[in-house]
Parts: sequence; structure tokens; C-alpha cells
Amino acid sequence: MTTPTMAVKVLRAPRVRRGNISFNLSLAVLAVMTLAAVFAPLIAPYDPDAVDFAAIYSGPTPAHWLGTDALGRDTLSRMIFGARTALLGPLLVVVSSTIVGILLGLLAGWRGGWIDSVLGRIFDVIFAFPALLIAIMAVALFGKGLVAPVIAMSIAYAPFVARLTRTLVASERSRPYVAAYRVQGFSGGWIALRRVLPNVTPIVGAQSTLNFGYVLAELAALSFLGLGVQAPTADWGAMINEAQAGLMGGYFLPAIVPAMAVVIVVVAVNVIGEELSDRIGGGIPA
Amino acid sequence: MTTFRRVAGKLGALLLTLFLASVLVFFSRFLVPGDPISFLLRGRKPSPEAVAQVTAQYGLDLPPWQQYLNWLAGILHGDFGRSLQFRQDVSVVIGERLPVTLGLVIMAGTMIAVVGLIAGAIAALNRGRVLDRAVLVGLTVLGAIPSFVGSIVLIAVFAVQLGWFPSFGSGEGFWDTVYHLVLPSIALAIVFVVLIGKVTRSSMVDQLGREHVEVATSRGLTRGTIIRRHVFRNAIGPILTVSGLLVAGLLVASSIVEAAFGLAGIGSLLVQSVDRLDFPVVQAIVLLIVSAFVVVNAIIDILEPWIDPRSAAGAGAR
Repeated sequence: MTTPTMAVKVLRAPRVRRGNISFNLSLAVLAVMTLAAVFAPLIAPYDPDAVDFAAIYSGPTPAHWLGTDALGRDTLSRMIFGARTALLGPLLVVVSSTIVGILLGLLAGWRGGWIDSVLGRIFDVIFAFPALLIAIMAVALFGKGLVAPVIAMSIAYAPFVARLTRTLVASERSRPYVAAYRVQGFSGGWIALRRVLPNVTPIVGAQSTLNFGYVLAELAALSFLGLGVQAPTADWGAMINEAQAGLMGGYFLPAIVPAMAVVIVVVAVNVIGEELSDRIGGGIPA
Repeated sequence: MTTFRRVAGKLGALLLTLFLASVLVFFSRFLVPGDPISFLLRGRKPSPEAVAQVTAQYGLDLPPWQQYLNWLAGILHGDFGRSLQFRQDVSVVIGERLPVTLGLVIMAGTMIAVVGLIAGAIAALNRGRVLDRAVLVGLTVLGAIPSFVGSIVLIAVFAVQLGWFPSFGSGEGFWDTVYHLVLPSIALAIVFVVLIGKVTRSSMVDQLGREHVEVATSRGLTRGTIIRRHVFRNAIGPILTVSGLLVAGLLVASSIVEAAFGLAGIGSLLVQSVDRLDFPVVQAIVLLIVSAFVVVNAIIDILEPWIDPRSAAGAGAR
């Protein structure tokens, strides 16, 4: 099997030299989105679910800055509330897959031997299942919503983190400082957890940030397919799904607004992730 | 190591991965708590015939490992069981929809290859210059446009606003089908171009800096010859590897595009089957996608020494 980490490496190898402008801009975008998500009820001009039949498919007006949808619901308010599920889902996936992945990678890289081979074989099998496919499978088994897909995608992403951690830990193991602790009689487990782990965590963490954008797009896709967050709830993917019918009638705004929100956040997260990897990792050893 | 042993080893690994994947797909059902008949017949009336059919199909009165073996034996004979929503054989249902998905994936794959290779080559040959940067930024932006966003923007602009392309269905006959699949395949291709573009660029940049290129230049070969015979030929290995990894992504993402454009392919069938609780169809499609991915990557892996003879000598030759 070819290793997907190689693709990841290649994907990130040629870096565009970015000034701090795009990085800071991306941080600002993400901060605004996060604040919007947290304080949605205070910021949103309307109740995201309030139906107004007097203002169906309203274009951008002073009352509705980004117009309204087929039920007269305010698109801006729905987009602000939609930031909640849009950011929470990927956050949960990235955090849990990073924790699980680091621990498994540490185990494989530190112990080596048969544990390493068995874990490697398991990762190979999981790599054959694309994350979105695992998420769809989880919905087929456990029903629609965000819970099953989030758990499923955490499992799908953990091997990527684990493989990177394993590589880093394996090269760290032969460093002189590890031998120095060994000679002083520290136990292997202590060195691994208290000295090696803190050394590899920042690099792995920076790489995990890059997964955030993929997960966000995949969870939004799931809601777009009608398998994730369900219809009345304001969610970017679900909003696009609902707005598809209006597209044919030339009402683009209810679909384009959440779509642009997805693209903007994905770009921002990717810029931040690549910058962090550059600063912390200085390239991935392969 | 002889070629025969190498190929046999790879085939063994392929079979093992396929076996483990089939185990995961089959036994995933056992993660659901409760009685299997009520899981398989969710949302349907558990009529005696339906219960009898599902029990027979999965051999529910047998021990789990025997259920698995029966299921696997059926699949090896092309029997994926019966669909609950269509009351037809799963293989028939999938067979009817496979051509659309294959057409979509082939068209999108061609676009990805053409645009990705050209963009990557342009960037590599102008590395460090404005054009290089422009291509990289362009690729990064394309890489942030998920298929569902691409689909709705293309529908809005080219189907509704300009009316150049249809936005629904897959058409009749060859050319009409191609015409119907233009927008969907662009929507599918967009997000993946960045992968091929960037790997082409970095792989070619790597080769351009090598001594053998310097030697070729000093021998007076033309730039075109050097790029074709010395740079691109050596750069093809990583590009092929990444292309193999695209297969699964394309097949899964086609479900999004098929849903957006109302195409009756296996991707939209997968979504519809999840929605209508038709588990046999879901299992079959998941297994097909995973198998396609694993097999294509194994083929690329096995063929690599013939495409790039240096890799036969060992990884260090690069």
C-alpha cells in the first residue's frame, strides 16, 4: 500500500511564501466566525427559524442584508447560527483524532516490533475507507445526525495522526537525550510520555490543524446530502440542501451565502494550519 | 528479490487488505445493538415474507462467522443479495447505475490530469517567479472549493443564468451523456486538481535541480528534450502514486455531485439507500468503492518498476 502520509507531505511541500497579512487575516476570519458561533443569539438580527411569508426570497435589503430563503427566514441569521455546528463538529473530530492518534503513534513508534506491524496493518485498512465513506456508513448504521459521523470521522482521521507521530517518535527514540535518560535509569514509559511526547506534540498538533478544513467540508457535505444535521436546524450544508430547489428559479443567495461561508473558513483554516506547520515543524520528516 | 516474489508479495498484501475490509463492512452491522432483523427491516413492515427473505439472505439463524462466509461466497459469485427498496438483486440495481458514475469519474479524472499536469509543469518551469506563485495560489483556492459548493455555483452560473448546460439527469446516447456530464465532472474535479498540480510541481522541481539535468544541458540537448525525457519521465512516479490515492476520493465525492445534478449513479444510490434504510445496497457499494481503491493502488504499486525502473532497485535509488 502506498502511504497517504506521502500524499499529505507532497501536498504541503511547496509552500507559497505568505506574508503575515494572509495569516492575520485568516486568524481574524476564524475569530469572527468563532465569536459569531458562540454569541449567535446576541448577534443574529432575527430568529434563524422565524418564518416570514411576507418576505419570501427577499433579495439583499436593509431589513435582510443577505436576503431570505423560500420560507422567508433571514439568511444572515441562519448563517450565523450555522457557524455553531460547522465549527463544533470539526473541532470535536480534530481534538479526538489527535489525542487517539498521538497515543497510538507513540505506542507504535516507541515499542516497535509486532505492535508496530499490527497497528500499521490496521491503519492500512482504515486508509482504504475515505473519511466521508466511513461517515456515510455510520449514518446507515446508527441513524442521521452529527453524533455518529463525528465519531466515525475521528476514527477515520486518527491513523493519519498516528502515522505521523510514529515517524517522529521513531526518529526521536535514537536521539542522545533519550539514551541519556535511559542511562540515568528512567523507565521507558516515563521517557516516552514525559520527554518524547511533549517534543512531538506541537508538530503533530500543527499538522492536525490542517485536517480541520477537510473535516468541515466533509461534514457540510454530509448535511448537504441530507444525512447529517437535519433540515430545520440552521447548518451550512443543510441550508444549501434546502436552497437547491430555489436555485432553478434563479434564487441564488440562500445557497451561495452558506457555500461561501464554507469556502472562506476552509481557506482561513488551511492558511493558519500551513503557517503553523511552517513555524513549528519546518517540514515533516518522512 | 525477483520480480515474481515481489508481485506475489504485493498480491498477498492486496488480498489481506481486501479480506480485512470485507470483514469490517460485514461485521459493522453487529455494532448496532438489538436484534438484526429489526435493524435490517427498520422503517418497514416486518411481514413474514420480508423476515423470511432477510433471514435467508443473511443466514441469520447461523453463527456470525458462517453468515460472513456465506455472504462472501455470494459476493465472489456476483451475488450481493436483494435490495429492500427495489425488490431487485443488488447487483442488478448497481449494474444499472455504474455506467453514469464511471463516466463521471473518467471525465473528472481526465480534467484533473490535464489541468493538474499543465498547471504543475508551468509552475515548476517558472519556479520562484510570479507565474509560479499565481498557479500555486490558484490551486490552493480551487482546493478549498468542496464538490457541493462547486456544484451549486456551476448550476447557478452555467445552467440557470447562462443556460449553456443542463443541470439535471444524464441524457440519452453517448454525446448527450457527455454533454450532461460536463458540469458535474467539473464540480467533481475542482477540489482534486490541487493534489496533482502540487505533486507535479514539486516532483519536477526536484528533478530540475538534479545533476543529470545539468549534464544533459551541458551536452547541448534542447530544453524541450530535457524536460520531456529527463525531467518529466523521472517525475512521473510520485504523480502516479497520488493519482491512485484520488480514486477513492473521486468515487465518494461523486455521491455529492450525483445528488446535486440528479444523476442516477452509484453515489446517489448510496445516499438514497442510506436514506431509505436499504442496508444490503449500502454494504455492497461501500465494499465496491473500497475494493476499487485498494485494487487500483495495488496495480500502480505493482507496475511501478516498469514505469520507473529505478524503484525496482530499491527506495534509495531516488
